[in-house]
Amino acid sequence: MDTTLQTAFDEMQLPAGAVREIYTAYADWLRDVPHQQLESKRQEAELLFRRVGITFNVYGETAGAERLIPFDVIPRLLAAKEWKVLSDGAIQRVRALNMFLNDIYHNKDIIKAGIVPASILANTQYRPEMHGVDVPNGIYAHIAGVDIVRTSESQFYVLEDNLRTPSGVSYMLEDRKMMMRLFPELFRRYSIAPVEHYPQVLLNNLRAVAQPGVQEPTVVLLTPGAYNSAYFEHAFIAQQMGIELVEGQDLFVRNNAVYMRTTEGPKRVDVIYRRIDDDFLDPLSFRPDSMLGVPGLLTVYRNGGVTLANAVGTGVADDKATYTYVPEMIRFYLGEEPILSNVPTYELSKEDDLKYVLDHLPELVVKEVQGSGGYGMLVGPSASKKEIEEFRLRILSNPANYIAQPTLALSTCPTLVEQGIAPRHVDLRPFVLSGKTVTLVPGALCRVALREGSLVVNSSQGGGTKDTWVLNDTGM
Amino acid sequence: MLSRTADHLYWMARYIERAENMARVLDVTYNMSLVPNAAQSEAALWQPAVEIAGNTELFEKNYGEYTAANVIQYMSMDDANPSSIYNSLRSARENARAVRVAMSSETWENINTLWLEFSQFIGIRLVESGLSVFCDWVKSRSHLFRGVSFGTMLRDDAFRFVRLGTFIERADNTARLLDVKYHLLLPEGEEVGGAVDYYEWSAVLHSVSAFQAYQKVFSDTIVPWRVAELLVLRGDMPRSLLACYDEITIILGQLSGRQNNECRRLAGELHAKLRYARMRDIFQDGLHEFLEDFIVSNNRLGGEIQRTYLNVHGG
Repeated sequence: MDTTLQTAFDEMQLPAGAVREIYTAYADWLRDVPHQQLESKRQEAELLFRRVGITFNVYGETAGAERLIPFDVIPRLLAAKEWKVLSDGAIQRVRALNMFLNDIYHNKDIIKAGIVPASILANTQYRPEMHGVDVPNGIYAHIAGVDIVRTSESQFYVLEDNLRTPSGVSYMLEDRKMMMRLFPELFRRYSIAPVEHYPQVLLNNLRAVAQPGVQEPTVVLLTPGAYNSAYFEHAFIAQQMGIELVEGQDLFVRNNAVYMRTTEGPKRVDVIYRRIDDDFLDPLSFRPDSMLGVPGLLTVYRNGGVTLANAVGTGVADDKATYTYVPEMIRFYLGEEPILSNVPTYELSKEDDLKYVLDHLPELVVKEVQGSGGYGMLVGPSASKKEIEEFRLRILSNPANYIAQPTLALSTCPTLVEQGIAPRHVDLRPFVLSGKTVTLVPGALCRVALREGSLVVNSSQGGGTKDTWVLNDTGM
Repeated sequence: MLSRTADHLYWMARYIERAENMARVLDVTYNMSLVPNAAQSEAALWQPAVEIAGNTELFEKNYGEYTAANVIQYMSMDDANPSSIYNSLRSARENARAVRVAMSSETWENINTLWLEFSQFIGIRLVESGLSVFCDWVKSRSHLFRGVSFGTMLRDDAFRFVRLGTFIERADNTARLLDVKYHLLLPEGEEVGGAVDYYEWSAVLHSVSAFQAYQKVFSDTIVPWRVAELLVLRGDMPRSLLACYDEITIILGQLSGRQNNECRRLAGELHAKLRYARMRDIFQDGLHEFLEDFIVSNNRLGGEIQRTYLNVHGG
């Protein structure tokens, strides 16, 4: 039995039944719209998404099977003052994380200062190949997806910092386009902060991190190919930025430079926005069986012949075991107090934490240190006895591979479901862009767990998405 | 542009064109089968359809007999037949999906919709119901594809590779169709211009949408050498070999990159042959030989395009 739904903070409605100020106008509108009309809007959206081919592939299903991510027609609303806290907090984190990455691949001051343990260098995501390599502007995570959840009016938590190849931004953009098409009258009535300039901001940043001396940098997006789960997004973003969408086979290395094969012969590439994991980038340096990468790429990269975004080796900073140190990083590098809170985290490599967690499994969320996409995690309150016992054995076989956190009562947002409009748990992933400056557009991917009571919002686990509206503080 | 992108665009267009031509052949053969003709067996009528597609061996191995039901199944829905309409459209869509951002979004959505609509025909026995509905659908989707790409795509190399694929494939298909039909309709030893079935030749014309064109151009009864002339040498007939090569030479001339390459030479040579040939001479040396030569040369050009632009190895 799940109790979080009853106790969770709702984005629209206060426990006494009153509507939160930011939602006042929208709630009035929503009250007057027949359920049937919302449902037909939802169907229209589904039809359009399918026609446009906004689909993703699910691992473990038949090869090439394409599914739609469910789209909810009820947006999540944020007041400008709430947004300011979130965006300031996310920017602060990403600045500190970039400084941290630059540090541990150079002087390692933070380890010398005793703030982060030296054991971090033994993490599998730490890339010794990057030691002493200078990257343009000292930026490692050019694109970061910071997952934020809310538990009360004023309490936000960062769940994780995605610094490798975070995905989902295409849904932020496509959901907005869809909402403008379905509900133009709402966009006339409210002043909703626009997000459509995201690709331009990203492109400007990517051009800014070309190696010094490059005049008109050629930027490309490197995708694993059409069967990758996020292929639609890769194609979409490349198109929005007007850059080539390349696969590993399109690139080759010669004379310390990367070229793409074109119908007019080889063309030099300066910046690669890569959506391939480190392990698959270069079969000569990482996984030799990778068919996705470019042989020799890492050598060119280390010699400054090309820029990769994100940089190689960012995984060590968004690792769930590193996560606990982010507030300390902010104090150490920026001399500031963290704006956004971390979730209290138990590291199972520590004996005390392990003992506590094993005694309290039914209350906790346990995650693999390097897991993502909602795979390989235990949500204690909604797991069966059998699942908990199985997970206990997995933990015991390799405790250092896990962290645990209290089960947070994620806030809920009204969502259109079969029975009508009902509260469902949501999270928020704004995308922080670093290049010339560190910025984000006023919007985010909002994921919603469509199953009643579920706290898992990942699209691979049946989650859906919502548009996120940043409104001025009166909700108009 | 990226060689791989060009490759996908080129093959996307070729597969759509191929599907259309298969549908044309099926449709016309089916219509011919409705005209009573005691002299011709079911097999004699349907075998050429498979010959045009160029793989009789696979058919005979999997089906044996040339019946209407077998041939229709084989050419439309059979996933073991690499050039079935099903496989052609699937390949077209897969190629399109791999480079969806290289074409206008309207073009991509059109191909994606085509594939979503295709599912309505799966499981239907076309031979009993609705072969014409199916063939009309394939043809009209192909028309739509060309219209949408022509009407919405930037006139850059991406557009040119799409068009190039269309015309290389179409030239091949028209030549095959004419070759097989001519061979069959004119048995060995029969004099050119002898008594030939009006219906069969008009069916050939219908299969390439040239029946009305023929009436307009010649205002005469349908005679085989004129049908051949229309489909080989008339530049104003959009599915003729000359019309295809008019386009191909222009497109190759517009592509960025080196001007002097083997593709342009081959295409120019073939174009000149079609442009200045006389039907009389072609018949003297044998239409079949002429068409066979043409199919080989057209294939060679296809291979050269592949080497020069699409599979560029370097590094």
